[in-house]
Amino acid sequence: MTTTTLTDALPAHRKRGRFAMRAAVVALLLWVLVPLWLLAVNTFSSPDAVNGFPKSLVPEFDLGSLSFFAGFQGVSRALLNSAIVALLTMIMSIGLGAPAGYALSRFDFRGKESFRLLVLMTRAFPLPLLALPLAVMFIRVGLDDSLFGLALVHTTLALPFAVLITFSLFSGIPMELEEAAWTLGCTRIGAFHKVVWPLIRPGIAASAVFAFVISWNEVFAASVLTIQNRTLTAFLLQSLDVSPMPLKFAGGFVLVVPALIFIFLVRKYLFAMWGIANR
Amino acid sequence: MAIIEIKNVAKRFGAVTALHNVDMTIADKEFMVLLGASGCGKTTLLRIIAGLETPSEGEIWIGGRRVDHLPPRQRGIAMVFQNYAVFPHLTVFENIAFGLRMQKTPQDQVRRRVTRTAELMHIEQLLERYSGQLSGGQRQRVAVARALAMEPEVILMDEPLSNLDALLRLEMRAELKGVLAEAKSTAIYVTHDQVEAMSLADRIAVVHKGRIVQAAEPIEVYRNPATRFVGSFIGNPPMNFLPARADGGGRWSVAGFSLQGPTAERPLEFAIRPEDLTPAEAGIPAIARVVEPLGPHLLVTTEVEGQTFRAVLESERRVVPGDRLHLAPMPGRARWFDPETETAIAA
Amino acid sequence: MLTPARIPYLLLLPATLFLCAFFLYPFVLVAIEAFTRDGTFTAQNFQTALGHWKFPAAMTNTLLLAAVVVPIQTALALLMAVLVTKMTSGRDMALYVFTIPLGISDLAAGIIWLAIFEQSGFLNSMLYHLGIIDQPGTWLGYQSKGVIFAAVVLAEVWRATAIMLVILVAGMGLIPKEYDEAAEVFGASPWKRFIRVTLPLLRPSLQTALILRVILAFEVFAVVAALGGTSLPVLMGETYHWQFALQDRGVAAAFAIVILAISIAATLVIMRALRVPKEARI
Repeated sequence: MTTTTLTDALPAHRKRGRFAMRAAVVALLLWVLVPLWLLAVNTFSSPDAVNGFPKSLVPEFDLGSLSFFAGFQGVSRALLNSAIVALLTMIMSIGLGAPAGYALSRFDFRGKESFRLLVLMTRAFPLPLLALPLAVMFIRVGLDDSLFGLALVHTTLALPFAVLITFSLFSGIPMELEEAAWTLGCTRIGAFHKVVWPLIRPGIAASAVFAFVISWNEVFAASVLTIQNRTLTAFLLQSLDVSPMPLKFAGGFVLVVPALIFIFLVRKYLFAMWGIANR
Repeated sequence: MAIIEIKNVAKRFGAVTALHNVDMTIADKEFMVLLGASGCGKTTLLRIIAGLETPSEGEIWIGGRRVDHLPPRQRGIAMVFQNYAVFPHLTVFENIAFGLRMQKTPQDQVRRRVTRTAELMHIEQLLERYSGQLSGGQRQRVAVARALAMEPEVILMDEPLSNLDALLRLEMRAELKGVLAEAKSTAIYVTHDQVEAMSLADRIAVVHKGRIVQAAEPIEVYRNPATRFVGSFIGNPPMNFLPARADGGGRWSVAGFSLQGPTAERPLEFAIRPEDLTPAEAGIPAIARVVEPLGPHLLVTTEVEGQTFRAVLESERRVVPGDRLHLAPMPGRARWFDPETETAIAA
Repeated sequence: MLTPARIPYLLLLPATLFLCAFFLYPFVLVAIEAFTRDGTFTAQNFQTALGHWKFPAAMTNTLLLAAVVVPIQTALALLMAVLVTKMTSGRDMALYVFTIPLGISDLAAGIIWLAIFEQSGFLNSMLYHLGIIDQPGTWLGYQSKGVIFAAVVLAEVWRATAIMLVILVAGMGLIPKEYDEAAEVFGASPWKRFIRVTLPLLRPSLQTALILRVILAFEVFAVVAALGGTSLPVLMGETYHWQFALQDRGVAAAFAIVILAISIAATLVIMRALRVPKEARI
């Protein structure tokens, strides 16, 4: 009620400004959503409709394209591979990154700046290129065309984020809480377990999801490092020229959906994480 | 029995020395206040006693046991933090019970002790709430209750009242004094607020630039400051200082006014608290500049030989800016400092 | 022994070792690979790479794409960020929608825009429905490089503005409201406040966002592959091509070094241009 009265009381130029603002927001929302909608239209139409012309702007709700995609040689394997690599990446980047983030947020020590520099340096390097030398290295150690090998490269991509994000998450928990736990009888590990962990858990989950998405979406390294064991992105890239349209669109859709869900899950953390992580 | 002995404790952060070889003994059940400006090292000293900071040098003994190599949990202390550090993911009950659970206290005893300390701190109706649902004052009470529930031999407090608003601070101060007297723990309390220090302490240790410059009963610290710093830091408005010229034979001349002082040949600094001055026929000649009627008394800021000089007078007295006054020190209240070492010289 | 002084090093050790093994070391390997052939030091790989007829086009396209995409994204992200901070209702919903593309891979983005631009795609369908065309025309044919370029720009702007938005919104959250209010009290118009107060205070975030985006722009690959195939050569695509189709790792490594070089150069330029002295930070 109060808001309506306030809006009514606004002077004319303010109202016009309000209107322009709303229009801009709606336009930008459409800009993001319409392409997604169109992809969905293609995905939920029969292969004939996808290849046909002209196209309708509403889907037929036909699962033909999707079942064609699902039944296509190598697709289910690629999906599974993508999930495995993303899971491995998630575990490794959080497992390695969170302790580092904790150390950066809680201790002052010699070499701290060098480590930060190392992490920040990764930002100035086109990391997918790492796949080139690692392809050779992996052949030597028998990791070539392996999901674990690819997960190692993806971890390199996700680790700096994991370090910076967990650093900012840990920094958000006052040192005093841990110290209070120490004075109340906790060991260092006990205080972490009883006080820090319950508070940090949701944030860690969010950064884990972030790592998952980074790996799930990565194309270049995946295409360079996997040959028989294709991930979904590698599979789609290599069949871009040869595969029929319905396959591409259904594949694109399947690639997008988990990402959408994940971003929805972590939306609360997205900004808080970047707030400090971008220092 | 928990005597705390601080032996030759020093703390350096890189090139910065936060504490210079501090020695101090705090008696059993004594309430010791560490008073000083921010950055003087008082909090560092408290954190070293708590075990949250490692001293670069020296030893800490609590109850006849050397503890400086022990983690906080093995020192028999409890601490109240400046920002309270009430765990946000636990209820008030679980916060207060936290330390007892760590000691594996039986459940019925936990319940009893939590309820009792909660009643003592008047928060028994908040036990099921979370920290996010509490006001600052309530969190403060939870933090104190959590420390008291431990029935510790030593209770350490780091500026526990500094985040409360003025009225609440006054109330909590009185309450804290009562509760801690009851608890019979040795207490060390860090503050930058001299009134808090005066009100709570059995003894005040004034910390300045990493050194304890005076440790004595509150009134002693107030009346006989050991150094110029203590005199200027404690008391509001602060002590007045003026250069004094030796006239020989223990007579001193301050801005032309002659008075008896210590026997010394070199120039000294004369010091007097503003409330220890009375207008008289003969006194230090002063020109009133600002007159502030504060209710119980009148604060007059004057100028003496170009220096600021304050006097607290009776509120009935009529003074207007520009008035010429003669301010005489009350008998026995003048203090003298060596301007080079800044330490007090006995009269 | 676990002394407090050693704890941070123990905690950092795994991540450090990992980054040394899988970040620093491989880059040394790329450099070696790029500068040697059959075990001897040579510039031949670079000569081959730079001398290839597609190299100038790949380089120009990559730089041009970054030069077009990044400014548009910056402006759009700033606009979105300002709109979002000014919104009174529906703020969370708008933010969620705006950040959706953050989770979408470049390949998927390429495919999405392919659905629009392909011959029987939505653009032609719409034009047909509106009666503008009778027959679907080819937009992404190999001779219409301009359209492919535009499609790639659209797809990149659509996909990767979100990352800048997130950084900028987070950065705006760090700026105390009082500055803006103070400027308003002193009579600054909304535009002036944005230019004179918000933007300068946002510089650290802007710097991060730009560095991240420019480097990602130099790595553009899958979007181009999806929309243009090989008609629009870019550096990353050429690297991939040399590694796989031509099986010449040395030249691929030389391409990698070129991308690395322009990335580092861009980072340094942005860092310099948007430097904020330590004492002038919030």
